[in-house]
Formats: sequence, C-alpha cells, structure tokens
Amino acid sequence: MTGRFRGLAFVTWAYLIWSLVPVAIAIVFSFNDGRSRTVWQGFSLRWWIGDSEQSLLNDPSLHTALANSLLLAVGSIVITVPLGVLLAIGLDRWRSRTSSAVGWMNSLPLVTPEIVTGAALLITFTTLYTSIPLGRPAQLIGHVTFSLSFVVVTVRARLVALGTSYEEAARDLGATRRQAIRLVLLPLLTPAIVAGCVIVFASSIDNFVISSFLSAGSSSETVPVKIYSAVRASSSPALNALATALVVVSFAALILSIVLLTRWQRRRTGSAGFHSAVNDVTQMDL
Amino acid sequence: MSGPSSSPADRRRLWSGLALPGSLWLAVFFLVPAYTIACVAFGRVDPVFRDAVPVWNPLQWQFDDAGEVMSSVISGPLRGVLLRTTAYVIVAVAVCLVAGYPIAYYVARQTGTRRTVLLGLMVIPFWVSLLMRLLSWVNLLEPDGLASRALRIVGIDRQWLNGSHITVVFGLVYGYLPFLILPLYAALDRLDWRLVEAARDLGATTTQAFRWVTLPLSRAGIAAGSVLIALPMFGDYYTTDLLSRSPRTAMMGTQIDFFLNGSSQKQKGATLVLVLAVLLALVMTWYLVSLARTRREQS
Repeated sequence: MTGRFRGLAFVTWAYLIWSLVPVAIAIVFSFNDGRSRTVWQGFSLRWWIGDSEQSLLNDPSLHTALANSLLLAVGSIVITVPLGVLLAIGLDRWRSRTSSAVGWMNSLPLVTPEIVTGAALLITFTTLYTSIPLGRPAQLIGHVTFSLSFVVVTVRARLVALGTSYEEAARDLGATRRQAIRLVLLPLLTPAIVAGCVIVFASSIDNFVISSFLSAGSSSETVPVKIYSAVRASSSPALNALATALVVVSFAALILSIVLLTRWQRRRTGSAGFHSAVNDVTQMDL
Repeated sequence: MSGPSSSPADRRRLWSGLALPGSLWLAVFFLVPAYTIACVAFGRVDPVFRDAVPVWNPLQWQFDDAGEVMSSVISGPLRGVLLRTTAYVIVAVAVCLVAGYPIAYYVARQTGTRRTVLLGLMVIPFWVSLLMRLLSWVNLLEPDGLASRALRIVGIDRQWLNGSHITVVFGLVYGYLPFLILPLYAALDRLDWRLVEAARDLGATTTQAFRWVTLPLSRAGIAAGSVLIALPMFGDYYTTDLLSRSPRTAMMGTQIDFFLNGSSQKQKGATLVLVLAVLLALVMTWYLVSLARTRREQS
C-alpha cells in the first residue's frame, strides 16, 4: 500500500512546499534589515516599527490600508450575516414560486466572476445610484453583495441537517413561531452563523477586484489594493510587512472563531467541542 | 403575535418577511447593476462630455457602438486578447487538473492524523490573500530574486516578469490550484471505493481499475472543479498585471479594467463585460448540461 503511494506522496509534499514556502519567504523578508525584498541582509524590525517614515507603523498609507481592510471586513459581517441568516431561514421554509426565483437569484453571485460584479457595481454607482459615493460606502455594499450568498448556502445546509423537529417540539410546548425561531432555531444555528462570519471576514479581507473597482483613490485603498498599486512602484519590505499583518489578522480571526465555538459547544454538550468546532468553521471533515 | 395555531397565510407572511431584506438587497445591488450594464452598453454617449448615458428602455437601445466592440472582438485587435485569454485558461486548467488530481487522490486515500495535517496545510492558501501570494512570486522572480538566481545556476537565464506567457500561466496555476484540489478531494472522498476493489477482484489491473472505475466516478468532481476555477480565471487581470505588466500578455480582464478604470470608456467596458458574461454563461450551461447527463447515466 505505502509503496504504491510513494510517488503520490512525493507530488503532494512537493506541491505543499511549492505553495507555502514562497509566502513564508515573503514573510521572512518583511524582517530584512536592508531595502531589498530579494537579498537577505540581516534581521531587523525596521519595516515594521523602526523606520520613522516608511515602516508599517509610521507610513500613513500603509496603516490606512490595514484599517480600511479591517473596517470593511467587520462592516461586511455586521450587515451580511443577519441578512443572510434571515434569508436562508425564509428560503428554507417558504415554499413558493417566488422563493425558488429568489433562490436562483441568490445563486447567481456565486457563479459570477468578481470582475463582472465589480464592473456592474462601478457603472451603477456612477450612473444610477449617484448618491452612493465610490470609496468605503460603495466597497462595503460590494462586499456584502458577493458574500451574502456564501452565508445563505452555509446556513441552509445546517437548516437541512437540523430538520424541523426541534422547532415543532418547541411549538408543541406552547412557543409561538417567532419564539421557536429565536429561542430554539437560532441557537442551533450558531455553528453555521460563526462559519458564516468567518467566510464573510475572510472573503472581504482577501477581496481585490471589487475593492479596487469601487475605490476612490488612496484614502480607500485596502491591503490587496495597496499591494497591487505599490508592487509596481519601487517598494520596500514594508509592503511585505503589510501583507504579513493581514495574514496574521486572518489567522487570528480563524483561531478566535474556533476558540469561541469550542467554548460554546462545551457549555452546551459538556464534551470537548474542539474537533467539531474546527469542522464547523472550516466546513470540512478534518 | 400569533398563537401556536397560526394560519398558513400568517406563516407565509413570516417566512417571506424573513427573506425580504436579503432578497431586496440582491435585487437592488445585483440584478439592477446587471441590467444597468446592458443599458450602458446599448445606451448613448454624451456628445459633449463623452460620458456614457444609460438608456433604460430596451426598445430605444442602439447597437452601433456595441457592434463596433463586437467586430473588434471577432476580427479586430480584441480578437487576440480573447484568444489569448482562452488559451491561458485552457492551459492553466489542464495543468491544474494534471497536478491537482494526484494530490487530491493521495489525500483522499489517507486516514487519521496524516489526512488532517495534509488538509490543514491545503487550506492555508485560502487564508492568505491572493495578492500576497502573487507578491511573494514577484519577489522571487525579480532579476535578483531567489528563484531567478536558482534558475540561473541551472543555466536558465531570462527575464521572468516582462511579458512571459510561461510566467502568467504559472501565476494562474499558482493562484487557482488550491481551489481545484479541495472540490476534487471532496469528490474522491465521497467515492465508493468498494467499486474499485470489486473491479480489482474481478481481475482488473490497478491502471484498468483507475481508468474504468475511479476516473469515470470522479468525472463530476473534475467538471465542477474545472468550472469553479475557469470562471474567475476568465476575468482575472491582476495575475498578468503583477507578473508581466506587458500588453503581450493582456487578458480580457485587463481590457475591461483599462476601459473602466484606466480610461473612461464606460460603454466599451460595459460591452466587453457583457461579452465576457455571455461567454461564461456558455461555459456554465455546458457544465449544467453535462452534470444532468452524468446524473441521468448514473440513475
């Protein structure tokens, strides 16, 4: 058995090294003592905090980008997750021709490339919805629009798995429909809601095309947009530091969501919930 | 508030009420923009300000300007861009499949901790911004970058970041391969391996069992994964922009970005977006039709 798989194992590990090591090198070079992003000149924190003008800490254009990325990601969660959870519950229970049309409409953003969504929104904001300015407001709307469907898909999958028996039990015990949703269904949906938050956060942080199409100059640059515009100009390892900071934020969010969900599951079931929390958040069977 | 015995009409009101805000959002910020693209593409251009003026009534649409862009796509300068984009996507998807299938297969055949570790490592690229991943290759492929220097040692000395088709396809593969491996893995993981064992018991060689059992059974996963990465690749412009910066490697997305952001030619940009959307709708239709056929065959 192992002999048969030796070649495949080699390919797989080679792929993992090829896919991960370049990023690791980019991270290492954010600590380079010199200006180069290609030749190692010793360890220093100058591009993080040391340099009084060009470090991540002191260059306003860099930390503005980081702040914009975080603001957009948090804002997207606040709007998208409630909209998506309610839409998913509504679509799951409301069986009619209108609801299947809405279901179709909801799956369209999933198969539409970002450049089409971004271009359509840019043209609409500059010709029809002219009261919505390009920049952060337009970017926020764009991020909510493309991530809404992710939340709906995630929550609907959990709704299908749960079935309606819990709610029916609550109704038999005298709860109104609204109470059954609030007191029984929403708590049961917690893992899917957390997973939804994580997906929205990650896809917003990652997003380049829509942020770029809907940005209004340097004040609304996000980290990916900043990387795009700066990598062509002569740039310093501070850019690597900026990109690294974003990676750290993403993983911190991932870990935080797993910790919170683990604690929630421990409280509910009394058993160790770490494994199922990881599976819920990553939506995989690890 | 209704009591436990609520009427069907009341129930419908509750469920549709829950769905209303999200549906409205999608209508206002997805459907209306999709329509606006057409209204701008088939609209007028203000003669004084050269600005696109959308025409909302389809009966008043005019197709002259859009026709100009179309003829450029069919026989003019944009034809090369479309062909190049298609070629890049086909080659990149093919490379991704050839490299990704064995990897997905290997992971799907593992169990326990090793599988968990492998999957965990496979998911990491999802958490690193695509732009950062490309940035890391820009660093490596610059003339004095680590990869360029390493390649020079083995005798390959060239400018990688200056209009090289190889670099752009390489960048597309690097960017999108992780997104293919996971759906492939999911398909292979669901596969009923007892069927493969049965084929082996009946005398098939390993290769035959793979060729006649495993591969056909994972066809749906292959198709789904390919479409999943081909759609965004068709609209990609940052990979070629970051790794090449040359008009020699411009893709459809580069043109759209140029029309809409580089120069203010909204109408041309809108038309090209429509062309791209129609093209991708064809890819999607092909996928759905072949999916339906596979389902019919299997049932």
